[in-house]
Amino acid sequence: MTETLDELARRLEEALPPGAVITDPVRLRTYECDGLTHHRAVPGVVVLPESAEQIAAVVRLCGEYGVPFVARGAGTGLSGGALPRTDGVLVVTSKMRRILAVDLANRRAVVEPGVTNLAITEAVREHGYYYAPDPSSQQVCTIGGNVAENSGGAHCLKYGFTVNHVLALEIVTPDGEIVTLDADDPGYDLLGAFVGSEGTLGITTKVTVRLSRAPQAVTTLLAAFKDIEQGGQAVSAIIGGGVVPAAIEMMDALAIEAAEAAVACAYPRGAGAVLIVELDGPAAEVAHQFAEVERVCLDSGAFELRTAAGPEERAAIWKGRKSAFAAVGRISPAYIVQDGVVPRTALPEVLASIDRLSAEHGIRVANVFHAGDGNLHPLVLFDDAEPGAGERAELVSGRILDLCIEHGGSITGEHGVGVDKSRYMPKMFTDDDLDTMQLVRCAFDSRGLSNPGKIFPTPRLCGEVPGVRKGVHPLVESGRAEQF
Amino acid sequence: MDPELIDDCVHCGFCLPTCPTYVLWGEEMDSPRGRIHLMKQHVEGTPLTDEMAGHFDACLGCMACVTACPSGVRYDKLIEQTRAEVEREHVREPSDRALRELVFQLFPYPRRLRAMRLPLRLSAGLRRRIAPGLERVNPSLAAMADLAPERPSRVRLPRRVEAVGRRRATVGMLTGCVQGEFFPQVNAATARVLAMEGCEVVIPPAQGCCGALPLHSGRPEQAVRFARRTVAVFERAGVDTIVVNAAGCGSTMKEYAEIFEGIGDGEWAGRARAIRAVDLAEYLAELGPAARRHPLPLAVAYHDACHLAHAQGVRSQPRELLAAIPGLELREIAESSICCGSAGTYNLFQPEAARELGDRKAGRVLATRADLLVSANPGCTMQITSAIRRSGAAPIPVAHTAQVLDASLRGLEKVA
Ligand SMILES: Cc1cc2nc3c(=O)[nH]c(=O)nc-3n(C[C@H](O)[C@H](O)[C@H](O)COP(=O)(O)OP(=O)(O)OC[C@H]3O[C@@H](n4cnc5c(N)ncnc54)[C@H](O)[C@@H]3O)c2cc1C
Ligand code: SF4
Ligand code: SF4
Repeated sequence: MTETLDELARRLEEALPPGAVITDPVRLRTYECDGLTHHRAVPGVVVLPESAEQIAAVVRLCGEYGVPFVARGAGTGLSGGALPRTDGVLVVTSKMRRILAVDLANRRAVVEPGVTNLAITEAVREHGYYYAPDPSSQQVCTIGGNVAENSGGAHCLKYGFTVNHVLALEIVTPDGEIVTLDADDPGYDLLGAFVGSEGTLGITTKVTVRLSRAPQAVTTLLAAFKDIEQGGQAVSAIIGGGVVPAAIEMMDALAIEAAEAAVACAYPRGAGAVLIVELDGPAAEVAHQFAEVERVCLDSGAFELRTAAGPEERAAIWKGRKSAFAAVGRISPAYIVQDGVVPRTALPEVLASIDRLSAEHGIRVANVFHAGDGNLHPLVLFDDAEPGAGERAELVSGRILDLCIEHGGSITGEHGVGVDKSRYMPKMFTDDDLDTMQLVRCAFDSRGLSNPGKIFPTPRLCGEVPGVRKGVHPLVESGRAEQF
Repeated sequence: MDPELIDDCVHCGFCLPTCPTYVLWGEEMDSPRGRIHLMKQHVEGTPLTDEMAGHFDACLGCMACVTACPSGVRYDKLIEQTRAEVEREHVREPSDRALRELVFQLFPYPRRLRAMRLPLRLSAGLRRRIAPGLERVNPSLAAMADLAPERPSRVRLPRRVEAVGRRRATVGMLTGCVQGEFFPQVNAATARVLAMEGCEVVIPPAQGCCGALPLHSGRPEQAVRFARRTVAVFERAGVDTIVVNAAGCGSTMKEYAEIFEGIGDGEWAGRARAIRAVDLAEYLAELGPAARRHPLPLAVAYHDACHLAHAQGVRSQPRELLAAIPGLELREIAESSICCGSAGTYNLFQPEAARELGDRKAGRVLATRADLLVSANPGCTMQITSAIRRSGAAPIPVAHTAQVLDASLRGLEKVA
């Protein structure tokens, strides 16, 4: 540890409860990565605060010493967003997991940032409510992480992402001030800007979430197809026909194999692809749509259809899908989870290209995706013991993102940019776009201490003129923006 | 510590919310993912520091992480290897060492254990540390449901109990060290239930500890010795199925073959494989009911013992057996998959964490407002009753699944 960090650690110890500052190297190392393990950095100091005031104190101290800080929830992020700084402080919210208030009349709950996504639903389920965004990692990931990543899940097709379910945030700004951002505030939608900012605009200390009424009826259908093309065709036909399912998920043969190995989900034998379609809403509407979906699946070539009769059977159908990411660990020593978006109509073409890439480089790719909105999660499998395999997998994984961009999609659907994808940002955005984003960032974090090095390819201090351009930024010049 | 087993972990964190120590403290180092990371650090050359050993010692070995892990990480194997490594490499504080020595020289030996039930003759310091553990032993016996008739101070089990009616099977029965000494009435109930369901029950008298205690505490040599003796005893008794009513013993006995293989002892692995260890509830569910169930009008909360639910995957069978009793209403305990903090010797070595977990569990149990708590593990029973007593709430009677079935089969009406 450097002298600055040493001294900072001492000051942090004064400001925080006993045991809340970690400096032991062995302990520090357990925080070296999040769910994306090939980016690692041992944090300079880890703190485990228990309140917004404590976080504000930490942030202010970091400011005083000019030391960067990174927020971390459960560390399940898949883009290295919570990758620590060796010269900085990692602020972990895992001790802040109280549900502060549940207001059913106004359908909202106020929770601390370390509360898990699923814990919110569990707290209100008995009253017929739930928290709608449902990332597959929902039992683990924190709401603070969800806000930072604007996380989504299988049911976001119909209900939207985190941003649609957060009503207000209490944050500690990079200057160490505690402020509230409310969706009802007049003026700029600062709440909207903060959601998805990956910890670069400050640290969330309190989240007010919208609670949704559990639907009257839910029907879940599993359709097995010979191949992925037929499945893709069914997806297009369902949505083209005007039905908006709560969820519509697809898995290919390799992903099914992994899920079978992990949780014995007993999907129909011989399926080259399975489609999970969930319909919810008023009973009559669901019944009507169900008939439609069933017909479309059969028309598209489904060879077996299963309908869940109750919650247990529904859970059985979802079990394979929900465990798919982690389950590939059973069929491959190592893997990369990719996350990209393509227009739904381009799905078949992109999948065929992924197949070709896979064959060309001798790297297996398992496909799991939120088919309704074209959010792909290719799982790129490799053996890390085999020399060169890791690089080939990286290449394939990167080429998949290129495919997404080529087809007018996006380099991330829900896992965020983090460190992992910052280098792809210039492929998707022009320099002007990126500079404009920098200006937003600088408005919040003028010294660049809040999770620096994430999202943007080349970290810049806000005083510096962005890009290769010399002189005044065009936005500043035109009087549309101010530079800090 | 096997690097390949370590590498199976993909760092997804799905195990975090089920880990009791993470639930308590919210720190990465005291989560399964963090502990696996520490193991990795050690394998890669980081010496076993006091801090590191502390985080391994704080693991309850409840195996909730094994149930939760979608990647099939064998944390059970990993922690077993790690504990052995800690015992080999780590130099403990003298008082800690003395306490461990005492426990390992005492608990696995029924005769010594019996002697200990009399006032302890120990150094004052040691007595202070071990006292809470002992103190809860006898009062918790008192708090047991008087499902069983008069509880004699010792129950002498016969070597053989004949099947009632047509004989459907012949099985061996493990008496266990803690179960046998502290809860002899559970063993008596187990034997009766099996007999009433048509089993001839063989109970070899010379059995001792099955090896679970030393195995889960990094003492593989002692564990292997006990495992051999247990296999030999039941071989001699001429049975190929051993019914086990203590969760911790059952999970270890199911691993016998693997343990012997681990030390390259193929012969004993083969002998172990020829004998099937099976949990009582698992066995009864498989066998199917033959005897008549009499009504027991009771609200019952069923507690999942970690070594049953997580280590053996036995969750539905005991619930089905209980729910099939006329008049009995089964209630679920919130957070049922989180350990009560008993975890074998854990409450002796990590009293604070054990206490916190015990209090948490007691709260969840009391919230069910059940008339009776059913727990299939002697350690859990002691732990939960003492936590409830500490909370000042009215004690809730605790019984083993076997005792409830016994009461129903015999048509006993006197139930607390
Ligand atoms: C198996 C698996 C499945 C997954 N499935 C999905 C899925 O279906 N959908 C999906 O969207 N994601 C998914 N994810 C990714 C991940 O779970 C989400 O990104 C989640 O929101 C991260 O939450 P976390 O608490 O783990 O955050 P972390 O990983 O700890 O942090 C993520 C980012 O949030 C920032 N952050 C965390 N807390 C705060 C805070 N209080 N204030 C400010 N910034 C903060 C961090 O700095 C970092 O940039 C999955 C991950 C895994 C391992
Ligand atoms: S065995 Fe139990 S206490 Fe130990 S790491 Fe696993 S879940 Fe945590
Ligand atoms: S759930 Fe399994 S793979 Fe995931 S972090 Fe825990 S042990 Fe590792």
